Amino acid sequence: MDHANLIVGIGGAAGDGVASAGNTLALAVARQGQGVYAYNSYQSVIRGGHSWLRLRVSAQKPLNHGDQIDGLIALNQDTLDRHLQEVGSGGVALYNSAKVKPSYEPPKGVQLCPLPVPELAPSYKELPVMQNTVAVGAMLRLMGLDFAGLESVISTTFAKKPKVIGTNVAAAKAGFDYAGAHFPPLPTQLKPNGQKWALVTGNEVLAMGAAMADCKFYCAYPMSPASAILHWMAAHAKQLGICVRQVEDEISVINMTIGANHAGVRGMCATSGGGFALMTEAIGMAGIMETPVVAINVMRAGPSTGVPTKTEQGDLNQVFGASQGDYPRIIVAPISIPDCFSVIQDAFHLADRYQCPVLVISDLLISEGNETVDPAVFEQVREIDRGETILPSANGELHAANGEPYLRFKNTESGISPRAVPGVPGHLYVAATDEHDEDGVLISDIYTDPVRRKKMVDKRVRKMSTVLAQLPPPLFSGPADAEVTLVGWGSTWGVLTEAVERLNAAGITTNHLHLRYLVPFQVREVQKLLGRSRRIIIVENNQSGQFARHLRAETGIAANGHIRKYDGEPFEPKHIVAGVQDILNGKAEIVNVLSTEPGWRTDHPSGTSADWMGRLSGVARAATH
Amino acid sequence: MTTLTATTARKLEVKDFKADVPPDWCPGCGDFGVLNVLQQACAELEIQPHELLVVSGIGCSSNLPGFFRSYGVHSLHGRALAFATGAKLANHHLTVIVTGGDGDGYGIGLNHFIQAMRRNINLTYIVMNNEIYGLTTGQVSPTSEHGMVTKSTPMGNLEQMLNPLALALASGCGYIARGFSGDPRHLQKLYMDGIQYPGFALIDVFSPCVTFNKQNTYHWFRDHVYRLEDNGHDPTDFHAALDRAIEWGAKIPIGLFYRNPNPRPSLDQLDPALQGEPLVLKPRGLTAEQRRALVEEFM
Repeated sequence: MDHANLIVGIGGAAGDGVASAGNTLALAVARQGQGVYAYNSYQSVIRGGHSWLRLRVSAQKPLNHGDQIDGLIALNQDTLDRHLQEVGSGGVALYNSAKVKPSYEPPKGVQLCPLPVPELAPSYKELPVMQNTVAVGAMLRLMGLDFAGLESVISTTFAKKPKVIGTNVAAAKAGFDYAGAHFPPLPTQLKPNGQKWALVTGNEVLAMGAAMADCKFYCAYPMSPASAILHWMAAHAKQLGICVRQVEDEISVINMTIGANHAGVRGMCATSGGGFALMTEAIGMAGIMETPVVAINVMRAGPSTGVPTKTEQGDLNQVFGASQGDYPRIIVAPISIPDCFSVIQDAFHLADRYQCPVLVISDLLISEGNETVDPAVFEQVREIDRGETILPSANGELHAANGEPYLRFKNTESGISPRAVPGVPGHLYVAATDEHDEDGVLISDIYTDPVRRKKMVDKRVRKMSTVLAQLPPPLFSGPADAEVTLVGWGSTWGVLTEAVERLNAAGITTNHLHLRYLVPFQVREVQKLLGRSRRIIIVENNQSGQFARHLRAETGIAANGHIRKYDGEPFEPKHIVAGVQDILNGKAEIVNVLSTEPGWRTDHPSGTSADWMGRLSGVARAATH
Repeated sequence: MTTLTATTARKLEVKDFKADVPPDWCPGCGDFGVLNVLQQACAELEIQPHELLVVSGIGCSSNLPGFFRSYGVHSLHGRALAFATGAKLANHHLTVIVTGGDGDGYGIGLNHFIQAMRRNINLTYIVMNNEIYGLTTGQVSPTSEHGMVTKSTPMGNLEQMLNPLALALASGCGYIARGFSGDPRHLQKLYMDGIQYPGFALIDVFSPCVTFNKQNTYHWFRDHVYRLEDNGHDPTDFHAALDRAIEWGAKIPIGLFYRNPNPRPSLDQLDPALQGEPLVLKPRGLTAEQRRALVEEFM
């Protein structure tokens, strides 16, 4: 990004209020027209541990959380020890001087900003969280923004506790004024403007988008990082008339959701890899029964319990392999937080239209990342089209099929058969998980017959032949004859977009192909685009290159290089730039990225003494700032 | 399949609930009785076939919806209750009956069974309990008696049999009955009361497997069962019901064990989204005003 932007890191133990301080700051800057992208790198503990939130703020919308920090808010000693070394030159480090002291010299050009919190906020003694409010006020001042934005956020946050508003506003103002009087402002200063922003997480957009797409049934078993979809749905259930149930396990979740869809409502469920594993048998049921269903897998680092609070793109093989047998289904991965809005609406549309499961792959980065989105994006609401669904009507009117017998699984040219739901007179049938004939009668037992079996498999698979025409084309940007083509899927889009800018600025011509739909695969378009590529480098947040294998299986195209990451943290633009350099220099064909920097202390939360050292080339360093 | 349209004005008969497909159970199977009696009960209760959804899992008994004329679902092994719960919540005007066997409901699906009772979803669950796995050719079931020799327990069953009725009492089920496929008239009354009960109703049915269970035969059941109705049992007395539920020996009770005299509201009565019209009949999507308000929350 070549325009003014600031990155603020807020760290503390779980329970210190890192997330709420971050949210307050994010909303305070968003209400002054600033775009925000935030990523919280936290641990699976309720209290203690280390939670580290980075907010990138810019008048032009940031597409990722960036890769260095300009401002640090250390809520405890541990955070100051870990992250002071990461602050860039000209940056500031804020901390409560009554509680925390630097244990080493700050990097050159970094300003220490001790805040005497007990003096600035007398209520600190009873309410230790006041240190957060003071620090947020101070940081806002150093960024060059107005206090009014913060005051309005505090008033909204504590609308139900008016007594607390005054105390918080006073503490924030004291921090704001103290910083103005005692510390130099950050070298980059932001200016308030009139742009309106909605500050959302991917999970919130998936939930809200589903509600706007007429989702009337949502069912879940809590699992990070998908639970916030359940929370949004539960909080809005009564107001929007959505039946929201938390049930015993993901097996029940998916079966109930398919049951609700079978009875004619749009229903959805979401989980992470472990829960998705339990759902797979029923996903095949929706396939053979031709019942629409939308199921979301919000990936976290696996396998098994894995790293529950860390991000990864490692479940691709799992989603491809969901359920035994061959059956039509659609698999889509949103590429950004705002993209979740159209993707989830399209998912419902496709599920109804093609009467099949639509599996949505998100990940922790998108689902729990926080981003400002232009509210106009949320006005792009797709018209609700139930496809060939025959629904009951309130007055019980008939949907007679011209005197012909109704065949639920009629062998049509498109493969799509009109779907009556229970309650409609004159269309009785049994929907079975056994193979069945057009009328629904089982063939698997007494009527077993190869001709019928093949006919029904062909009928279902034929539905997929028209899906491709309905899909938006893969995203492609940059010069056609570029030296390097970066290929990604899902959540890496924002990071890749910035990396491409930096690479081009550094003289390495680069273009970018990004896939949203994984099944069915847009083979022809991808072959055409990649056919012109001089050097294909695939970027994915997993160890084994699951997407690279998929690309090769679908198109026969093998990449020239791979940049992968499976340390739990998302990519940052500099990782991609450095990785491309290494591949071009012939240092490696597969670059495995680690989130740490040369010279950083080895007790860094996400680092080890090994080996990012040497991988971060001069070009990457130069392009970072 | 047949396409009798419209809501028939005439009185419903058993034939209105007979599908074109004849049952493929072994001759003499207890499930014939369960099916016939269910068809009679639905005809007498005047339930329109298109307003009736019969959901099953997998197993011999779970083939029932294929022989029953209504909307039907032949779902996954053990998951019929979960599927049916979703369907009932989507359209609570439907009468929902779930059928299956002991392996399906008390084995692989046991968690859903307990949770559905706790949840008090308003449907009727009929379990054809033959104390054996029949479709897979004769392995031990959760309700097989201790010591029973089967293909998978050649030395005899080492485990204790599951007691679905006591479990139902402990799980908050408001209507708990046990019938015997060899006593159809008695069974029909239990079905009719269960279907009309405003909440989850369990009817466990002794339905002998004539092929793979040579121990719990029609003859064996006739020798052992007695009717609670003939013995002064008070079905509104929870503790008396529990005493009867654990009775298993020379005499085994059938009949209505428990009927909650003050039925708890069922899930569809409680869920705020389900008030008034069923979800499936509600207007589509959200109004522009609703959508604006949702986005406002993030600003």
